[in-house]
Amino acid sequence: MTHIETDILIVGAGGAGMYAAIAAARAGAGQVLLADKSLVGRGGATVMAQMTVAAALGEECPDEWTAHLDDTLASGRGLCDEALAELLCREAPIRIREMDAWRVGWARRTDGRIAQVTAPGHARPRCCYVDFLNTGPAVAATLRRQVSRLDAIRRVGNLIVTDIVTADGEAAGAIALDAAAGEAVTIAAKAVVIAAGGLTRIFRRNSASANMAGDGYALALAAGADLVDMEFVQFFPIGHLAPRLVGMDPIMWDPFRYKLGGRLLDGNGCEFLSDYGSDEAAGYTTPRDIATYAIHKEVAAGRGSPHGGVYLSFAHVPRSELEAAFGPVIARLARNGIDLGNMAVEVAPIAHYHMGGIAVDRDMASRVPGLFAAGEAVGGANGANRLSGNAIPEALVFGERAGRSAAAYAAIRTLSWGEPRHVAAAALDRIRGLVAGQRGDVAASSLLDELRELMWRDVGPCRSEAGLRRAASRLAAMRAALSEVAIAPGAAFNLTLTDWFELRASLIAAEAVTHAALARRESRGAHQREDFPETDPSLAYRRRIRLAADSTIRVGGFE
Amino acid sequence: MMKRTARLRIRRGTSGEPVRYEEFAVPFEDGATVLDALIWLRSFHDPTLAIRYSCINANVCKECAIAIDGVVDYACMTRLREDATPMTLEPLPEKPVLRDLVTETRPPRERLKGS
Repeated sequence: MTHIETDILIVGAGGAGMYAAIAAARAGAGQVLLADKSLVGRGGATVMAQMTVAAALGEECPDEWTAHLDDTLASGRGLCDEALAELLCREAPIRIREMDAWRVGWARRTDGRIAQVTAPGHARPRCCYVDFLNTGPAVAATLRRQVSRLDAIRRVGNLIVTDIVTADGEAAGAIALDAAAGEAVTIAAKAVVIAAGGLTRIFRRNSASANMAGDGYALALAAGADLVDMEFVQFFPIGHLAPRLVGMDPIMWDPFRYKLGGRLLDGNGCEFLSDYGSDEAAGYTTPRDIATYAIHKEVAAGRGSPHGGVYLSFAHVPRSELEAAFGPVIARLARNGIDLGNMAVEVAPIAHYHMGGIAVDRDMASRVPGLFAAGEAVGGANGANRLSGNAIPEALVFGERAGRSAAAYAAIRTLSWGEPRHVAAAALDRIRGLVAGQRGDVAASSLLDELRELMWRDVGPCRSEAGLRRAASRLAAMRAALSEVAIAPGAAFNLTLTDWFELRASLIAAEAVTHAALARRESRGAHQREDFPETDPSLAYRRRIRLAADSTIRVGGFE
Repeated sequence: MMKRTARLRIRRGTSGEPVRYEEFAVPFEDGATVLDALIWLRSFHDPTLAIRYSCINANVCKECAIAIDGVVDYACMTRLREDATPMTLEPLPEKPVLRDLVTETRPPRERLKGS
């Protein structure tokens, strides 16, 4: 068995994890282990970002981080953790300038200044980007390059952290599965940063990587940390639906709307956003929560497009403008049979981002000493509805802060692991037992499929007491039956084994969302209840989720 | 109405095992990709089938490269063929096979044992 000792363990190597590793090394950490379930800097959400990165750079017109904060708080529908939102807006320009110095390639105006567009919910042009639809890959590649230059950072891919180990209530390391070899690994660490992203993969329609399955939330809960705002899942309103499009992320229409406007039309070709209080006379201005609700209602009323969405049309935009704005992408669309100058595409809501997450303070510290979080895994900064463009700055700002905090914490501590074979014996035994195979009549892969259907139907964009109760009951039954899920024997890259761990994490994350949604008897931002359609001003508070001693999900009071 | 199908002939096994191929019928829809079919196979037919992918549709993670009818390509970018003739799927040539279609594609410095 492999045993690793490190100052800091970072779980997840997307934008937040990579920035945390860089910041920890800069702050003097001698050894940083950067572990990812997938390949380092390739999985996760960062690489999927299509365009906007919000920061009050003031390149297009005067701007202040306080104005960015005002827009973030307004978008959050009264629920943002203001300390976290302030940190995000205040430090976003520093991180974006640092990325610029690292040559990420922010798109430039003709005068050389960084180009910034106005995204829905922003009062000013504040969102920078890398053309064409290349923001995420460019950010990921830039961070990978910086990470590889720092000798203190050890990168390991296909390493699945299954349990955070605590000693006397403090984070002491982790147990992991080396998926390539099918072997258990023990990791002693003075501090642990969870940067494993969100949970959108647990919904049938999602814009997630395969590895956005809620692992970080399950790890944090089991270690004793709190989650917050778990009922708030951002459904991106105009995810691509039809015709089938390959080689492009389903959220790719957002950049088109930033640059060209575009028109959202119901199945009969009529505009409908004005019926929901948001006319787009001034361009692309409808916030994500309102657009998602409007599309859902149009489809439910029988006014949807053939595949169950609505139409998005750029047919009124002159071809020369299409070409100028998106050059090579227009050709890629043509190869998919989409002639944008001549036809509308079908779009529909898609699970895109999780506002909820691990409850942390301004240093990204959870309530478990030595356990930090970063990026989408953190809850609270974005309240009930994330402002467009806040996800990448959140990854960078919170990642940097978490790495620095973890390094400061680790600097004055020693490893408290003890003799590895005596620590977390149960977790180790479980991995060894599961590698040998487990009898069962159902596969984790089919249960994951059922989970996604169930979450989409009952815990999706429109919720009700009956559906949420049905989901909670089925999820609990599925979690109770994990020991009856079949695992084929086999060590090397055994997906039935890794599916089992994914299912275990996803079920806990799904239960956290469902119970939080049941407890919020109002509609606010991304959380829409059919049975409580109004926002209740007396409920403008966040709620925490904790795992009880019997492993059930407990919803705390408002705070 | 007859269900539309495609056929896949997939190389199976780990590095130490003798080479074997298995053939599967999968549902076909217009525009479907080879990765769609592999994910369907894992969910509904054979969960032990090992494949490597992360981003599913965006072609940004670059993890799903395999040999398709002898040519290296991304499973997420290659359209499924509705045909009685199976498409042959094999792991990347000249990379160590871990299992089925999965090869060791981690950079050497990103492996646990720096092999």
